[in-house]
Amino acid sequence: MNFVALRMLTGDRAKYFGLVFAIAFCTFLLENQTSIFASIMRRTASQILDVTDAEVWVMDPKTEYWDQTKALKDTDLTRVRGVTGVAWAVRLFKGSPVAKTLQGRFAVSVLLGLDDATLSGAPRKMLLGSWERLREPDSMIIDQAGYVLLFPGEPLELGRILEMNDHRVTIVGISDASAPFLSVPIMHTRYSEAVNFLGRERTQLSFIIARPLPGTSPAELAERIAARTSLRARTTQQFMWDGIGYYLRNTGIPVNFGITILVALIVGTVVAGQTFYLFTVENLKQFGALKAMGVTNPRLVGMILLQAVSVAALGFGLGTGMAATFFEIFRHKLATRGIVLLWQCAGLTGACILFVVAMASILSIRRVLVLEPAEVFR
Amino acid sequence: MSLAVSCRAVRKHFGEGDTRIEALRGVEFDARFGELSFLVGPSGCGKTTLISVIAGLLDRTDGDLSVLGVEVDDLAPAERILFRRKNVGFLFQQYNLLPAFTAAENVAVPLLIAGISRKEALDRAGSLLSRLGLSHRIHALPSKLSGGQQQRVALARALIHEPRLVICDEPTAALDHASGEAVMSLLAGNAVHPDRAVIVVTHDTRVFHYAQSIAHMDDGRIAKVTRKEA
Repeated sequence: MNFVALRMLTGDRAKYFGLVFAIAFCTFLLENQTSIFASIMRRTASQILDVTDAEVWVMDPKTEYWDQTKALKDTDLTRVRGVTGVAWAVRLFKGSPVAKTLQGRFAVSVLLGLDDATLSGAPRKMLLGSWERLREPDSMIIDQAGYVLLFPGEPLELGRILEMNDHRVTIVGISDASAPFLSVPIMHTRYSEAVNFLGRERTQLSFIIARPLPGTSPAELAERIAARTSLRARTTQQFMWDGIGYYLRNTGIPVNFGITILVALIVGTVVAGQTFYLFTVENLKQFGALKAMGVTNPRLVGMILLQAVSVAALGFGLGTGMAATFFEIFRHKLATRGIVLLWQCAGLTGACILFVVAMASILSIRRVLVLEPAEVFR
Repeated sequence: MSLAVSCRAVRKHFGEGDTRIEALRGVEFDARFGELSFLVGPSGCGKTTLISVIAGLLDRTDGDLSVLGVEVDDLAPAERILFRRKNVGFLFQQYNLLPAFTAAENVAVPLLIAGISRKEALDRAGSLLSRLGLSHRIHALPSKLSGGQQQRVALARALIHEPRLVICDEPTAALDHASGEAVMSLLAGNAVHPDRAVIVVTHDTRVFHYAQSIAHMDDGRIAKVTRKEA
């Protein structure tokens, strides 16, 4: 009887394709918008996640997210190092200097100053050069997107000069840093150089990054540092979510994306659900005839569920294919790098589609179950 | 000839109170094996209700009903469905063919319901359609068939699983005279069998000559039965 169910489904080509494409486009819209939203939110934590050697971030108690920094005292580093369970703790500077090319192009940048001795937090994904060359005087590493922004149309090459706060800085490496929330260049240099590139202030220490000793979890260490120093200490993941939470609470991004996602869900639900419901209702006479010929109610329920699952699986697969193609195309563009189809979004969308089709099926099944087989004589 | 269907004082009502309708008011009706038994009468006299009760599609309110020697009331609902699946074939006024299925696939449906493999079901359907003169239309969809051809496909579907009781509801009502005659001729030639009873509900007086017995219904009762002399 599975054959009968599937042929009933595919027999009316117009309705069948309408149903499949309604689900496919609903899937595409949901996966597309939720993935872009999630990827943009993730971008707010790109520079945190790029620091792979540290697991705990220490900052001013009032700091809420990455872009909001207030300098710590130099003595705070010693206090953090004194906390039990700290394997190592080093300084990390973050500033936003203006970088200028010799041709006059300029851009506000994110400049990260790494501990001079260890270079902890240096970019590990290098496209050109090596991060060890940061030990050279007046050197810096710039990310690819920042390079293209400052030197448009020119090939990637080392040795180019940028001017920051009257300092000539040589590019000794080009990294593949994760895309930041704003499209600004990401630069890495040593801590002692970074403070000069921005201009001296009385205190300069933006963050302390630390790693726990084996046997101590990052969360445990973060709690311990906070308790001992009265500073704010967060694990990498916690700090990432702090930033995402800040943007969700304080910007219009979630509302704008939320509206699109809601519209996609409502339109998809109405179109796919209603089409499937009408499909079954229009076939009531046929289901009645099958009932009269001896098909049991459980078998009819199985047939309708098979139709629902088939159409949902095909529509979802098609929509996911469209979404994957979309993201694959834009993944290679610098401006949209890192914006990918997230499996969590695909899973969530799949659950939504299944829910919609299940609801439509339940309504349809009810009509079929209460159908009197004698109706076929009417 | 022995009785395939025996109705004794069968009653059926719908609704209760002011909306109560007595559809069958003590029907006495027999259908014999090897015969075409016609059930005729004006609209609303209870013909459709009676064949629905006989087929086990509706429960009667009162009376005794024996179908193929089985007291239908003794069967559990699931057994009744299995009994109908195995023993009853239907021919509907509007054919009720599945529009997405070819002629052969439509005919094969009762076999598929019975769990027979698709290949065997389609082979048997093809053979029967050929016997009914539709060998050239086996792969045609219902929408590509004339009314007479569709009813012949429906007739093949009613007979494919070799049921012992065939119930036909106005099989010629949607057909012109020639097509109706052709369908009735095929019905008489292929459905009538010593171990099978055929009940035909019809208004079409032009096909009465095919009947071995004609039960005239009126107001929920069998008013008169006429039998063709052998």
